[in-house]
Parts: sequence; structure tokens; C-alpha cells
Amino acid sequence: MEYFVQQLINGLTLGAIYGLIAIGYTMVYGIIGMINFAHGEIFMIGAFVSLLSVMVLGMFGITWVPLALLLTLIVTMALTAVYGWSLERIAYRPLRGSPRLAALITAIGMSIFLQNYVQLLQGARVKPLQPMISGGFEIMRRDEFIVSVSYLQLFIWALTLGLMAVFTAIITRTALGRAQRACEQDMGMASLLGINVDRTISLTFVMGASLAAVAGLIFLVNYGVIDFFIGFLAGIKAFTAAVLGGIGSLPGAMLGGLLIGLIEAFWSGYFTVEYKDVATFAILVLVLIFRPTGLLGRPDIEKV
Amino acid sequence: MAKAPAPRFDVAAALKEASLTAFVMFALSAGIVGFHTVDVPGGLAIETRFAAVAAVTVLGFFGRLALILLRCGRPYPVLAITVPLAALWFAALLADRLLPAELGQRLQVALPFADVVVNWIVALTALGFAIRAVWMLRHTGASAQTVLDRDAAMERFAARVSQASRYIGPALLAVAVVFPLLVFAPESPWLPKVDRRLLDIGILVATYVMLGWGLNIVVGLAGLLDLGYVAFYAVGAYSYALLATHFGLGFWTCLPFAGLMAAVAGMLLGFPVLRLRGDYLAIVTLGFGEMIRVILLNWYEFTKGPDGISGIPRPTFFGLPFTRTAEGGGETFYSFFNLSYSPTDRIIFLYYLILALALITNLFTLRIRKLPVGRAWEALREDEIACRSLGINPRNTKLTAFSIGAMFAGFAGSFFATRQGFISPESFTFIESAVILAIVVLGGFGSQIGIVLAAILLIGLPEFFRELQQYRMLAFGAAMVLIMLWRPRGLLAFREPTLRLHKTRPGAAAGTRAGEAAR
Repeated sequence: MEYFVQQLINGLTLGAIYGLIAIGYTMVYGIIGMINFAHGEIFMIGAFVSLLSVMVLGMFGITWVPLALLLTLIVTMALTAVYGWSLERIAYRPLRGSPRLAALITAIGMSIFLQNYVQLLQGARVKPLQPMISGGFEIMRRDEFIVSVSYLQLFIWALTLGLMAVFTAIITRTALGRAQRACEQDMGMASLLGINVDRTISLTFVMGASLAAVAGLIFLVNYGVIDFFIGFLAGIKAFTAAVLGGIGSLPGAMLGGLLIGLIEAFWSGYFTVEYKDVATFAILVLVLIFRPTGLLGRPDIEKV
Repeated sequence: MAKAPAPRFDVAAALKEASLTAFVMFALSAGIVGFHTVDVPGGLAIETRFAAVAAVTVLGFFGRLALILLRCGRPYPVLAITVPLAALWFAALLADRLLPAELGQRLQVALPFADVVVNWIVALTALGFAIRAVWMLRHTGASAQTVLDRDAAMERFAARVSQASRYIGPALLAVAVVFPLLVFAPESPWLPKVDRRLLDIGILVATYVMLGWGLNIVVGLAGLLDLGYVAFYAVGAYSYALLATHFGLGFWTCLPFAGLMAAVAGMLLGFPVLRLRGDYLAIVTLGFGEMIRVILLNWYEFTKGPDGISGIPRPTFFGLPFTRTAEGGGETFYSFFNLSYSPTDRIIFLYYLILALALITNLFTLRIRKLPVGRAWEALREDEIACRSLGINPRNTKLTAFSIGAMFAGFAGSFFATRQGFISPESFTFIESAVILAIVVLGGFGSQIGIVLAAILLIGLPEFFRELQQYRMLAFGAAMVLIMLWRPRGLLAFREPTLRLHKTRPGAAAGTRAGEAAR
């Protein structure tokens, strides 16, 4: 029981990261119907910008953790969002209306490019960061085994929940959100009704990228090590999360992320750590076979 | 088609646009480029590269300005600035090779940036714009040419290539066959010098051509997007390696078995997932590819995990090994044919082996396109619902394409194992799948010659730039994006209908089809 609770807590933390990345996949897929393959790299860039930002702030003597984290969050979201915007502008916009495979190839090309770009500029070595938030409290104990929630995990949950609330509000309440939903349903009609489709799509990428950046920051402070290759696996798993939750659905993405995080944590806890990635992919396959629309997705009707 | 007049040059708007670009470039570079971490005792320290950020920002501003000028049909101001700039920078960069060392170094120090890479970026950007401007001078109003015109022109070109492929194919084949024999050619200024390194590149390119042709059956003909093709390559390689090291079987005995294993793997993986289409299928196949790699990595008792399998036997010439002396006193290739021993012969044999395997793949593809099953694949690619209503079983048809494609990957895999003599899961990462898919897509779906061209471009060319090793993958990713942006349907995308009701001149419909596709 105690072990179960501990894995639950770890899984929820992992799930927050996957969920935040998955939102980017799901929003982009919903609006232009393509898999933004380079989204995992955007997450990786977010993690690197966070690391650099924390270190630069440390150089200026800003080491009070709440302030440093807040500033890092803002800087990371802003700078990484520009990467998301440029990605769409360079690699995807010119190909709108081309065969779908073309956009997939540019996405893979961009992914390879960004990985090597960061590797060249920042080096291939693993980058460590000292823990920023330490301590925690005990919630259960049996003999030697202590179940604890760290303050870091509380911070991650609060941050994720807060961002989710903000983004849900943007999608459901603001003009931008209405424009996004309109483009999702019918891009041609939306543009006839005076919605700037290009701008809406750009902003979708910006939003997705800034959420992935937050996921990068969380990854950095939670694990304390990053390298240029973290985007690949995290990207695939987040995509699995988006599919599991029902691609195109925002709450679905978050739910899928949490489920994938939990499954991974429990699989590593009770079975083998080595095969945890196999478990994730197996779930992806099973979901796609038995419930292609995901848990919360709308069925996709094919018309002739 | 009437050319649209070039837009007027509006200084205020241009400056605004250029400033915006400069701002974006600044934001992109401020974090990742501007700072980098270095390992110091006790953790990380940070170093700055502000000059590079400044350079990129300024380049963004002027580059955008140059683009706007070109768009408005004013190449002269662009030329006036970029040509001296490019000349200056290149002169300085290459100075230490062309001039006496001392003078060259002084020139290089005179450049504003200490970083050689930044200097190269400046020089190449200037050169790029200069070339663009010159191009525009020669074809007046070329910038006003629409995407549609360009597409139609390229389509006509592709059609001409596919018409000419009757001659290009055999010509290429002749070059490929003669190429290794040039090793024996006497030193002469007219013949290219072929050495072991060039042969190795040839083998590598031929391997990727074969993989490309194999994947083309799945992607080009059947229209199934497979991002996990490397899994079957791995199955083939491990089948041969395990059979050879455990049971002592030879290459020729294992080759069909490796293909069979890969085909079975393709069928097993394909069966549950082939109902999916498009991007979903791509991701699931990607997942399968990774799963096989993870299993190879962790099933230590069977595959020796990350240590890999070494000591895989080399191929023999129908039982005659390419060694100086045969084990146990048997005949070797050299003693049988009364030749003197030369290690290059084995490489040449490997080259012909992969060439033959690739040609079998090609021949198979060309023939099966004319069979009912091949036609069913192509029909399925175009319209699945129509096929179903015509009585084609989509699942079985897709499954045959999937497993036949996998079979060729298995053949290529066992060749890879025997060539390397050592395999480990490291060789079968996702990037390999991406490269093979890129070859197929960049070549123009379904175009056999396009695949050869793309393989030479993507695999052969980078091998010559081994010195620039660290920039290789960067350039590879960028090339993938740029080629796709330039030709979204592949370099030689041209599809002849397999069947015609009335005889027409091939390629006549090309222009109109480009228009349709652009819509």
C-alpha cells in the first residue's frame, strides 16, 4: 500500500510533464491535422533555456528560489515560444495544402536539425543542476519505508494545475480561443468570417511551445539532469498521451498524460524498469486498435 | 501566363519587417546561442557568446531587407552590398590557405568576429543572396514566377526524366557495374581515382538505395507510412548474426531465412495496425521500431544487449572464403582461381553483392507493379474506399506490401551484418528509419531513379565531408526541410498512370496535373 502511494505520487509528477507536452500535440493536431514531430525538441529547448536562465540569474545573484523560478518561468516561456513560432513559420506554413507526408518530413527534418543545433551549441555532455527546492513532508510510514511528498512535487502540481486553468480559460473564454475552435472545425469558413487563420495557427504553436517549455523547466528541476536527446522519448510518450486521451481534446491530453505517467511509474515499480518504454508503446498500439478516438475524443467520420 | 508586376518598394514597411525579423533572430539566439555551459570542477559554469547573437541579429535584419528588395525586383542594391561582402569574407577565411601564413592570419584577425563559424555563416549568407540576385538578373522577373509555374516546370522536367529513364537507368547501371573495376585501372588523369574509401561509400549508398527501394514498396506503392522500417532491417541483421554465430550457418544459407524472418515480423506487426491510416500508422510503426530496439537492448541472454554480436562470419564466394588461407586447409577464393591475395577483392565482392541485391529489389518492384497485387497496392494508395467497394481486401493487400517490404529490409539487414562483422542495437535507431523514409520521399514517391538520386545526395555526399562531422546531421536535417519546401512532392515526382485507355504522349498531362496538385 505504501509503495503504491509512493508510485502514485511519482507517476502524477511524471504525468504532469507528459500532459503539458501533450497539449501542444493535441492543439496543433486539432487545428491543422498534422503531427508536430518537432514538438519534443521544443520541450528539450525549453529545458535548456531554463538551465541557462537559472545559471545566468545565479550569476546576477538572484538566488532566492521563488523569484528565480518565476523569472526563469517567464524567460523560458517567452524564448521557447519564439522557437515554436519560427518552427511553424519556416517549416509548416509554406507546406499548408501540400501532401501531408511533406509536412511530416519537414517536421522530422526540423527535429533532427534542432537536436544537432543544441548539441553543437551546448555540447553533448549531460548537464546537471543542483536541486532548487528541497525538503518535503511525510504522509505515511511503515517500518523503514517512508512515503513522502516533496515540496518540489507540490510545486509541480500547483504549476501544472494553474497553467491548465489559464489555458482552459483562454480556449473557452477569449476571442483567440473562439478563433482556434472555429479554425479547428472549418478553416475555410473561419477565414471567410474574418478570422486571421495564419495568425491563429501561429498563436496555437506559440501556446503549445510555451507549455512544452514549462514541461522542460519541470523536467529540469525534477530530475536535475538534461541532455540534447531528452526531446525524442518525451515527445513520443507525450504523443501517446495525446492519442490516449483523444487527439484534439485538451482535457484528454492532460488525462492521457497523467495515465501514461502513472502507467510508467507503476510498471517501473512493479515490473521492470528496462521495459517501461515498451509498455508505453504497447498501450499506444492497443488504444489505436481498440479505441482509435481515444478516451475523450470525438469519433472521426470518414466521408467519401 | 501573365507575370504579376513586382510590388512597389515601401521603405517604411520594409524596415518594419526587417526589424521584426531581427527581433525574432535575437530572441531565438539570446538563450541557446548567447550562453553556454562549460564543465568546471564542482559543477557547471556559464560562458557568453554575445558576438554571435549580435551577428545573427544583424544578419536577420539585412537578410530580410535583401529578400524584400529582391521581391520588389531590385537586385542591384543587393548585389552592390553582398558581392563585396562575400568576397571580403571569403578572402579572409581562405587567406591562410592561399596567402603566406603571416599575411593570412593578419587578415583573419581583421574580421569582426572571433568565431570562425560565425564568419562562415556571414560569408555563406552573403554568397547566397548574391547568387540569388545574379539569378534574378539573368531571368528578369523570375521572382514573379509563381509557385504554380515553378511546379509545372519541375513537373515537366520530372516527366522528361521518367521518359529518359529508359536510357538513364542502364547508363547508371553501367556506371555502377564498372565503378569498382576502376580500382585496377592504371593511374591516369582521365579516370577518377577509386580507392577503398570510395568503394565503402559505394557500398553504403547501394545499401541505402536497396532500403529505399524496399521501403518504396510500402510507402510509394501501397501508400503506407512506415516510420519503423529499421526494425525489419534489425530483424534481418540479428537473424543472420545469431544463426551464424550459434549454428555456424553460412551467409547464403541464412539470407533467405533472414528475409523470411523479417517478412514474418512484418506480418505480425502489420496485422493489428494496418487498419490505421496516415499519421497514426506512422507513429505506431515508429513505436514498434523502438520496441524492437529496446528488446534487443535488454534481452541480454539472447542478443547480448548493448554489447552487440561480434565475430559474424564474412560472406563467401559460393563457399570460397576471401581469406589468405582457409581454415582447415580448404580452398580459398584465391587458390581456387589462382589469384594472389588482395584485401580489396573482398570489398569489391561486397559491393557487387549489395548491387545485385538492390537490383533484385528494383526488378521485383518493377515487375510486381504490373501484377494484380501491385495494381491493387497502387489503387489502395489512391482511394481505399473505392477499392473496398471493388472487392479488394484492403487488409490482406496492405499486409502483403508490408511484409514484402520488410523482407527486403531483412535481406539488406543480413548484408549489413556480414559487412560489418559486428552489430549492436546502436545501429538500428529511429534516425535510420527517418533517413530511409527521407530518401523515398525526397526522391519523389514511387520514383525508382529519384531514390537513387536522393540516396547519393543524402548518404554519399555527406560521406565526403567527414571533416565537418559535427555539422553533418545539422546539415542533413536542414537539407530535408529545404528540399521539401522547394519540392513538396519530391525531387522527381512524376507518376505515369500504369494503364491507359487511349494511347497518349507520356507527360502530356504533366502541366495540368501540377495545377491540380497545387490546389
